[in-house]
Amino acid sequence: MIAEIGHFALVLALGIALVQAIVPLWGASTARPAMVAVAAPASLIQFALVALSFGCLAYGYVVSDFSLVTVFENSHSDKPLLYKITGVWGNHEGSMLLWVLILTLYGAAVGLFGGKLPRDFRARVLSVHGMIGVGFLAFILFTSNPFLRLAPVPPDGQGMNPVLQDPGLAFHPPMLYLGYVGFSMAFSFAVAALIEGRVDAAWARWVRPWTLAAWCALTAGICLGSWWAYYELGWGGWWSWDPVENASFMPWLSGTALLHSAIVVEKRDSLKTWTIFLALLTFALSLLGTFLVRSGVLTSVHAFASDPRRGAFILVLLALVVGGSLVLYALRAPALRATGSFALLSREGALVLNNLLLACAATTVFLGTLYPLFLSTIGGPSVSVGAPYYEATFLPLMVPLLLALGIGPLMTWKRADIIPLMVRLRLAFVLAVVAAAATAYLAIGKSALAPLGLGLAAWIFIATLTELAERIRLFRVPLGNSLRRLATSPRAAFGMSLAHAGLAVTIAGITVSTGWQAESIQVMKPGDSVTIAGDTWHFDGTSAIKGENWQGLEARFTLSHDGKPFAVLTPARHSFPLQQMTLAKVAIHTDGFADWYAVLGEEQPGGGWVARLYHNPLVPWVWFGALIMALGGIVSLTDRRLRIGAPLRRAKPAPEMPEPHVPA
Amino acid sequence: MFRLKLIYLLPLVALVGLLGVLGLGLGHDPSALPSAMIDKPAPSFDLPPLLAAKPGLKTADLKGHPVLVNFFASWCLPCREEAATLAGFAASGAVPIYGIDYKDKPEAAKSFLEQSGDPFQRVGIDTGRTFIDFGAYGVPETYIIDASGHIRYRFAGPLTPDALRDQILPRLAALKAGK
Repeated sequence: MIAEIGHFALVLALGIALVQAIVPLWGASTARPAMVAVAAPASLIQFALVALSFGCLAYGYVVSDFSLVTVFENSHSDKPLLYKITGVWGNHEGSMLLWVLILTLYGAAVGLFGGKLPRDFRARVLSVHGMIGVGFLAFILFTSNPFLRLAPVPPDGQGMNPVLQDPGLAFHPPMLYLGYVGFSMAFSFAVAALIEGRVDAAWARWVRPWTLAAWCALTAGICLGSWWAYYELGWGGWWSWDPVENASFMPWLSGTALLHSAIVVEKRDSLKTWTIFLALLTFALSLLGTFLVRSGVLTSVHAFASDPRRGAFILVLLALVVGGSLVLYALRAPALRATGSFALLSREGALVLNNLLLACAATTVFLGTLYPLFLSTIGGPSVSVGAPYYEATFLPLMVPLLLALGIGPLMTWKRADIIPLMVRLRLAFVLAVVAAAATAYLAIGKSALAPLGLGLAAWIFIATLTELAERIRLFRVPLGNSLRRLATSPRAAFGMSLAHAGLAVTIAGITVSTGWQAESIQVMKPGDSVTIAGDTWHFDGTSAIKGENWQGLEARFTLSHDGKPFAVLTPARHSFPLQQMTLAKVAIHTDGFADWYAVLGEEQPGGGWVARLYHNPLVPWVWFGALIMALGGIVSLTDRRLRIGAPLRRAKPAPEMPEPHVPA
Repeated sequence: MFRLKLIYLLPLVALVGLLGVLGLGLGHDPSALPSAMIDKPAPSFDLPPLLAAKPGLKTADLKGHPVLVNFFASWCLPCREEAATLAGFAASGAVPIYGIDYKDKPEAAKSFLEQSGDPFQRVGIDTGRTFIDFGAYGVPETYIIDASGHIRYRFAGPLTPDALRDQILPRLAALKAGK
């Protein structure tokens, strides 16, 4: 019964979405306020219905209702409650429902908090958003219905992949979806602006919080995902350029570009068509990611069970959503005019460079991800594209991007002078060179890239601090005065400093952990010791352990430095009898600067266990940095100008001025 | 009202191309690993017999008429799965089926064949070399070899009745028709 309510709610939501997609748009173009007024309530009702449906499915999982096919296939009565709940989105059907739930959540948020937007504009935004909702609700109902019944009802379920039974996975998909589904809002804003044929500073200001919120969530989501891969999959690394990782990384790159180019629209009324294009592109890449994960065209550790019918449906959706918006773009974008002009050497110029490099980076990831598919489509051999490709293409693009990142925020709008800039950044430059030289000395024979990486990290960090110090006039006016300036300066500026500093932290983490990772794999018997990077790992022995739906074996390692023990690590192997699977559970000790990471392998016939032990210096910084970036975004979200109403449109007609040409 | 500029059409053109590739890609299975040995002569080998009653297998045995060569092992569960399908097909007498017992204990292999209804006319013992020469990557694998001794098709994984009907039989029929 509950499941039927959920199913029915979903059908109703589709109906509401249809109304939301058609009526307000029609009303806005024929000037009928009553029809325009439908938009906000429709978005709220649509969200409520999808939430009800999601609740019904979650209920089915919690009470282990095995008459539902998805519950039977993905759950088991012995599973801990937490994983019964997270199991809702641990499979294709449920995760699509979560996808739509978040889509409608964003729609409802605009319906609820978008009161300051012009009525007609908001109606158009919500209509476009409703169209996306129609597509995905139809996708769920016609190809991936989570409420399908099973008869006769099986006595128990088939259980969930033990790899997914992990708290990290409980929060990773919702966060990730909050990110890339969130870009649907930027998309809807862009399409609505194209329909109205008007893009201006006010538009950029309206779209900013939505883009920023999605960007923060995506940053945190990718960070969580990589952290999960690091401690759960047990191969000692945290990023493998897997197609599904790339699928979330591409929208991140173009979303980052969008955040930066929207600033130029807002402050300087320029780069309009490019910004609109990025908004369309970012959501298109999100949809592409959804397609890649669910159609089975690429192999990946994360891929859902593939079904060509679903793939075909998403492909048609992709064609309609992206194709439709690009047709509109081709028709309307040429009429968008920029009023601001700027010199090449200016804040705008730096942001254009940022956009160019980020777009190129997204393109290289795109090519690497889809190349195997392109090749096999034309009958070529099966290939896989891995880290060497990205090291050769992606990293070189990052170097100029990061160099420019240090300079950009210090540049003035319209026209900047190079000499004063160089003077202001002399400290950052000197320290970066010192950091690079010191690294080069330490890294002789180890890593050629390490000096570059740490030099860039230092450069960004110091340059960001320099910019912050200048903004609050540190050491030029009394300290109290400076602090007051810090407190009253725009939160957006502070958020930027935070995000840029976070990037520096991440780069330092990536550089040091790749350059100085120490690894040792050997068969160890109780009593054996090995020394890795100056620390001694003593294998004390093993003991049996038992969990709610698994039993296992735990090994005990005591770590000591110079004879002084400082940590105990207990890597384990858990056997899940239901799935006949054994999982190695990683043990990690961290002090914030390094991880000691242990994986217990198979027991050997001659006695002893395979032990893989790692010392990963600075690896926690990879995630700290990403979280600081997301935090920077959140701080920026609280900026006063995003909370306060839209500025007045400029009354004077804009002079005709061609927009600087940005190659797409 | 609208001013079309070609550059703004570019994204649309790119999208059409991408959709085309993705659409074509939908039907293809990324985990399929094409064999590099297709249309090449079968590698040369000469394997000792597993059973006293049946001869072993060597390259020369493959010439003259189309045959199936099946890599199996008693320790491999999917091989037990496909045994019934193979035995049924052998009973039809369509083509000879030759077995290669891969990295196995002879005693275990013998009792495996006894239990599962031995479908093979010849069974050779392979310690691993022939497996590699065939470019196989697991057991069971089944190869179609034509009358001239060239490998025509490789089927990886257990043969199901459906796979036999859809993958193996049409190819055998084509080979016979071509002869």
